[in-house]
Amino acid sequence: MMKISLKNLPELYSFIAKKNDLYLPIFKAGQVDFAKWDKDAIVDLNKLKTTKSAKDVFFPQSQDLVRFEVDGKKISIDEPIMPTNKQVIFGVKACDNRSFELLDMAFVEDYPDTFYEMRRANTTIVTLACAKPDEACFCKAYGIDAADPKGDVSTWIVDGYLHWMPNTDKGIELTTEVKDFFELDMDNSAVENQQSEIRAIIDRLPYSNIDLSKFTPDKLLELFNSPKWKALSEACLGCGTCTFVCPTCQCYDVKDFKTKTGVQRFKCWDSCMFADFTKCAHGNTRPSQMQRYRQRFMHKLVYFPSNHDGVYSCVGCGRCVQKCPQMLNIVKVIKTLGEDK
Amino acid sequence: MQEIMKQAKLKAEELLTKGVVNRVIGWTEGDFSYDCSPATFTLDNLDKFVYTEFCGANLSKYLIEESKKEGKILVFLKPCDTYSFNQLIQEHRIKRENIYVVGIECRGKVDIDKLRAFGIDGVLGCKTEGDKLICDTIYGEKTVDKVDVMLEKCLSCKGKKHVVYDELIGEEVVEEPKDRFGMVAQLEAMTEDERYKFWQNELSKCIRCNACRNVCPACSCVHCVFDNPDSNIASKANTDRFEEKLYHIIRAWHVAGRCTDCGECSRVCPQGIPLHLINRKFIKDMNEFYGEYQAGEDTETKAPLNSYTFGDREPHEFDTKEGK
Amino acid sequence: MQVENKTFKPTIVAFCCNWCSYAGADLAGSARLSYPAEVKIIRIPCSCRLNPMFILKAFQRGADGVILCGCHPGDCHYTTGNYYARRRMTTLFSMLNYLGIEKERTRVEWVSAAEGAKFSAVMNDFVATITALGENKKLEDLRCKK
Repeated sequence: MMKISLKNLPELYSFIAKKNDLYLPIFKAGQVDFAKWDKDAIVDLNKLKTTKSAKDVFFPQSQDLVRFEVDGKKISIDEPIMPTNKQVIFGVKACDNRSFELLDMAFVEDYPDTFYEMRRANTTIVTLACAKPDEACFCKAYGIDAADPKGDVSTWIVDGYLHWMPNTDKGIELTTEVKDFFELDMDNSAVENQQSEIRAIIDRLPYSNIDLSKFTPDKLLELFNSPKWKALSEACLGCGTCTFVCPTCQCYDVKDFKTKTGVQRFKCWDSCMFADFTKCAHGNTRPSQMQRYRQRFMHKLVYFPSNHDGVYSCVGCGRCVQKCPQMLNIVKVIKTLGEDK
Repeated sequence: MQEIMKQAKLKAEELLTKGVVNRVIGWTEGDFSYDCSPATFTLDNLDKFVYTEFCGANLSKYLIEESKKEGKILVFLKPCDTYSFNQLIQEHRIKRENIYVVGIECRGKVDIDKLRAFGIDGVLGCKTEGDKLICDTIYGEKTVDKVDVMLEKCLSCKGKKHVVYDELIGEEVVEEPKDRFGMVAQLEAMTEDERYKFWQNELSKCIRCNACRNVCPACSCVHCVFDNPDSNIASKANTDRFEEKLYHIIRAWHVAGRCTDCGECSRVCPQGIPLHLINRKFIKDMNEFYGEYQAGEDTETKAPLNSYTFGDREPHEFDTKEGK
Repeated sequence: MQVENKTFKPTIVAFCCNWCSYAGADLAGSARLSYPAEVKIIRIPCSCRLNPMFILKAFQRGADGVILCGCHPGDCHYTTGNYYARRRMTTLFSMLNYLGIEKERTRVEWVSAAEGAKFSAVMNDFVATITALGENKKLEDLRCKK
């Protein structure tokens, strides 16, 4: 393992940023979100949860696909610019890191999304352990260890030092490039102490031992037909907050925009909470908000696991718990539906 | 607060038992004190009813749907919520005869995001004691002054008077209306470029989740222009920085003169954009240009943009003191 | 900077009320009074038909300045339309300026059917103002520039 004093981090950032697009949790107008680093950026590694998840780095909110230029009767097609830049994302938490694996199941298996795949291949993920988990965290319920965040490189911040440990070939490659900034650290005890502290806190968290056993593919119809959805979804505004802050929500829409000389086709995040989600000629497939609400949670807890060997499409980051305007969230769903045995 | 909650619960129980109403809309408890949600109650689930310092949500918009249903509904409205209620009555969006309004005392609500920004993480529960808020967290007990963590809408409260009700619970708290336009005036005093930078910074955080629109009691269109695929503006992301400005200008414009300044837009914004500063600019301007007007104060007065006088100021005179 | 301004030709969208200002533009034409070719006129039935969205979309689509021309207050073909338009535009222009948009980019002028000379003078003046102000950067949509 190696370590670097926190005050030397800006030098490390600018070194990494020379060859890579460097993404960090950056403070802007009161919020911390992952954004491209530049020398004026205010980095905040202490923030437990960025408002949006880290998925933007691989799956940005909007992505240009193709451009059609119309000139009289001639139509030409402009190919999109592929994301060939090397990227480093720094300060990803264990839950967000796990979410990338879930996104891979949607975007790389079966039908690869070339943009996503390319970004994924070009990016080195540097994770950071959660020193102070909060009440809404329930990553443990999904078997994620916030004290050992994995990724290409794992890091821990203890007593003014960032401890650095590469896990993969990509991680080792980055480590070789930046090793001059670090000092060797033979004593792992500081990190190990923090790890056991973190695990002790997580064991005490109210949502850590939430019971997911009810959510199995064979219960699909029973859960789908539960009369409890109505009360659960009653206050839902139909906004997209939960889906847009969620690290695992992966739905998108493909839209056209009329430019000056043609059409720009782009894809952008969509939300199953929106009234116009998957709208077809006959209208919306899920006309009521209750149905839309049910869709979101059934997808995360039942449909996704039944298509992917029982893996839930939730990482327990707790963003929806904290950000829903009316405080509806996945935990309330799990608890309410999980009661019926 | 405990006392008021008990009274409210008793009132709901009484009216439900007597059959005056067949359901109640209020706030239901969550796991931590801050996560109470709006909900409807009957006698079966009334034990989950709460009224705490975290019940900031304005319940009046739910009445658009609820008042169309069978039977009478009891609603608990805080003073600021009653303005939205009146405004919806004026616009014929809710059926007054199907609603029993209980005005409920309010002494300001707490913003969980501000609490977190204050460095209080891992909140498991909170209680008010006098002016203090005592928070039980996973990292021990913490105490803050309530005024430091109140919602923006409460820091600039319009006053604690209910403008419409069938019955009141709790005392009518006397409070002088606070200055709502200080920050707007500060922005006005900046140069164009400074203001542009300020708004660029704020609006660029927008993720177009539409929470501000969907929570707004004045945004009651059945089909919003931003959901109309034929409008060529219905993109679900801000693909260009023009779009965030377009969205927020038009959103605020559509409620100009109808916005009661209930502050829900700023409360719900996941990115903490001070949307109230846009709405309040319209309110401040209309007050200055066309005389004082408070939307929702009554159900009769015409809104400034629905009327005119012969001597109104000319458009280019918007930034002069007296108009002509 | 100076050189740039000389070559810069702005795009101006003029929304003209059918009854007064559009006829005023006609009169300017038949009287052989010139106004700059940068001005693109869009006829609307009354000045109060102008939805603020039209103004924003004009800027999005590449306008550098937007002007609304209607009947003089008191002369509206529909009696009161321009009074409502006046209030709307006052509050909207104030909001645009509050968000940092240059106040010179938007304008309202009352031009009657008999005021061909005024129409031409207003348009010349507005084009000169916008030319001096330069390109619309703050309300541009980059997708519409390519």
